[in-house]
Amino acid sequence: MNLIVLKLLGQRIAIALLSLLAVSVVVFAITAVLPGDAAQEQLGQDATPEALAALRAQMGLDVPAPQRYLHWLGGLVRGDLGTSATTQMPVGTLIGSRLPNSLLLAAMTALFSVPIALTLGIASAVWRGSWFDRAASTASVAVVSVPEFLIATLAVLLFAVKLRWLPALSYVSEIESLGQLLKAFAMPVLTLSCVIVAQMMRMTRAAVIDQLEAPYIEMVRLKGASPMRMVLAHALPNAIGPIANAVALSLSYLLGGVIIVETIFNYPGIAKLMVDGVSQRDMPLVQACAMLFCAGYLILVTLADVCGIVANPRLRHR
Amino acid sequence: MSDRTPLEQLVGPADSQRLFAALRRGATRRDVLTMLLAGGMQAGLAGGLAGTALSAHAQTPKKGGRIRVAGATAAATDTLDPAKQSNQTDYSRGTMLYNGLTVLDGSLTPQPALAESFTTTDAKTWVFTLRKGVTFHDGKALAPADVAYSVMRHKDPATSSKAKVLADQIESVKATGPNEVTVVLSAPNADLPVILGTFHFHIVKDGTTDFNAGIGTGPYKLKEFKPGVRSLVVRNEAYWKPGKPYLDEIEFVGIGDESARVNALLSGGMDLVASVNPRSVARVKGTPGYAIFTTQSGQYSDLIMRRDQGPGANPDFVMAMKHLFDREQMKKAIALDYAVIANDQPIDPTNRFYFAGLPQRTFDLDKAKFHLQKAGISGKVPVVTSPAAMYSVEMALVMQQTAQRIGLDLDVKRMPADGYWSNHWLNSPVGFGNVNPRPSADTLLTQFFQSEAAWNESRWKNPKFDQLLLASRAETDLAKRKQMYADMQTMIHQEAGIGIPLFLASIDGHTAKLKGLAPIPLGGLMGYSFAENVWLDA
Repeated sequence: MNLIVLKLLGQRIAIALLSLLAVSVVVFAITAVLPGDAAQEQLGQDATPEALAALRAQMGLDVPAPQRYLHWLGGLVRGDLGTSATTQMPVGTLIGSRLPNSLLLAAMTALFSVPIALTLGIASAVWRGSWFDRAASTASVAVVSVPEFLIATLAVLLFAVKLRWLPALSYVSEIESLGQLLKAFAMPVLTLSCVIVAQMMRMTRAAVIDQLEAPYIEMVRLKGASPMRMVLAHALPNAIGPIANAVALSLSYLLGGVIIVETIFNYPGIAKLMVDGVSQRDMPLVQACAMLFCAGYLILVTLADVCGIVANPRLRHR
Repeated sequence: MSDRTPLEQLVGPADSQRLFAALRRGATRRDVLTMLLAGGMQAGLAGGLAGTALSAHAQTPKKGGRIRVAGATAAATDTLDPAKQSNQTDYSRGTMLYNGLTVLDGSLTPQPALAESFTTTDAKTWVFTLRKGVTFHDGKALAPADVAYSVMRHKDPATSSKAKVLADQIESVKATGPNEVTVVLSAPNADLPVILGTFHFHIVKDGTTDFNAGIGTGPYKLKEFKPGVRSLVVRNEAYWKPGKPYLDEIEFVGIGDESARVNALLSGGMDLVASVNPRSVARVKGTPGYAIFTTQSGQYSDLIMRRDQGPGANPDFVMAMKHLFDREQMKKAIALDYAVIANDQPIDPTNRFYFAGLPQRTFDLDKAKFHLQKAGISGKVPVVTSPAAMYSVEMALVMQQTAQRIGLDLDVKRMPADGYWSNHWLNSPVGFGNVNPRPSADTLLTQFFQSEAAWNESRWKNPKFDQLLLASRAETDLAKRKQMYADMQTMIHQEAGIGIPLFLASIDGHTAKLKGLAPIPLGGLMGYSFAENVWLDA
């Protein structure tokens, strides 16, 4: 079993490195196509030719693009993410100040949404076709169809402005007690959960139903196992693979795709940092964020595959 | 705001501003009466007014309290280096921590700050006497060397200062006494005290290169600064203005999203928020305990018709377009009345050099049609707009409608805000621009209307105008200067390829408990210098 996992991990890491390289080339090329560069964006209306030339030289933008890319890549290999073009601060410091916030929000959301989604999914699969299944499916489709900015805005209007139960913004700097933590995170977590619970739940339901309709489950039922045992001990281990993948996809979204929630709640996360980077044409920052999101995605997907193998007896003993 | 309202309704914002400025300088009831009577007002009305103005002033500020303030931008580029500051959150932080030699009041007239007085005979050599007993936050006394360093560093290209162009006219800054600094310019400029009152020329300690500690002479000391997230300042007990500042602590954050900002205010999370959209004003006013603070300033979005190419090369086309502005409707429907009507010249009514005698150009389809036919322009005329230039898309659409009525087909091209300034502004034959409030009429005219100016938007060239501009800069007699500025405003109004329909207002929202706000037309948040002037009324 160890061999299979190790071999898989080795392959995945090699492919991951290749993907990262490809992503870095694509991101670099796309940002080069964007109108204006960091110097122009920073000067805005004040961009006289002399000011532009001076600032470009200061930012190192007077070097040809391929050379800049290679220089950046060389730094990355040595573990140096470079210096932000607009702030002159190390990119590592900038990301380091935001990444923990994003991870905290992702962790809180995962902690809340994964158990709910899995429970609902499995329950719907077991009682498929029942009123519960239909209600859960309809509700999840309805919730996932409402855009998150609408959910977030309505939640703010109701809970912050009208009822004044929760703060309209999520301050992470002033959290001292568990109560404050829950208050600050209640609305962002609620909004994000609405988006990802439905996906995970429907994937779980589909995967478990797929297994429950397989011939071996009939065998299990015939030998007299309880419904609980049938689902948890026999069907679920075989369904872990697809479920883990669905969970991994949803969680990778939490890392970099939550710009709307970060904007509405003014949450200092990493997605906003990257959007700032794009609008200021801060190449080193954008590149580093893109690498980070890509790496996060690859790690989660690989973990999901490993989970699937470890949990599934048939794959484990092959 | 609430104190000003009755006054503004009676005498108009410009006069009320002058009155308040006078009151801040310590004018008495008698002075106010004289000012109003000089303006031709009846004695009885003037007496009542002086009373209103004085009662507003008589409200005693209270000490203590903590407020949270939200600006409209937050980015990792937030900086405490005065030379690099570029937006309202930077400026707001700057005025908390630093002072300039001078400070601009409600009519943008320079008042003494770190300089107790300033004198000149030829507008070329200026002597500034520094205030005694001023100390930096770390206890060091303010010295002429600090002033020389703070001003001269803008000239060094390595500083990459936003104010380099302005600083280039300064030849030298030298200590000429223990509390005296002499500034020599390369050419006379009567507006030097105005320039030195702007945010970029805040005084820092001699030799400072790392500004993250925020050491200045200002009303608050820096406690925490996280670029793009927030800053925290506490009261400077040793501040040189007696009794000021009033608050114990100010937390300042940037919230980019307008509705998030307003929600944060209305849910009690913020006490003052910048840049409220006119469409959110009703919501703020409708919530008990909250109020709106409006600053009318010189900000404008303008229609640029290049005089060197395209249809604008024909002066009759330009005149036709200027008559096509339905200014009243734009003011009402687009700016929701948070604007004043402009007259195709860039000096706004809050400015001390505004020429009120220039006849207002009106919406006149007959005249527009006459000029259009004379110009002989036919076919589609592309008009470039973008959300980057505030309200330009809406203004262009209103013009498109009215233009159809005289058979002119305007093709409104909407460009993304991203990259608008570098790619479309100044390049399109007909398009929109946006100009933020400038500290002085001279700066504005020099940057945007001088023949050789880099941002001469319409490429309008008039040697007579350039001569007047130079002469007015050197003129120290206020009455003569006013006349020169009036002539220049008339020239722009008649000849330049610029149509200015409205001067736009900045709108801030605040809790009713926050007192002391008075407009300074550099922008919202009291020209970004609310920090030392506001207090909390328990």
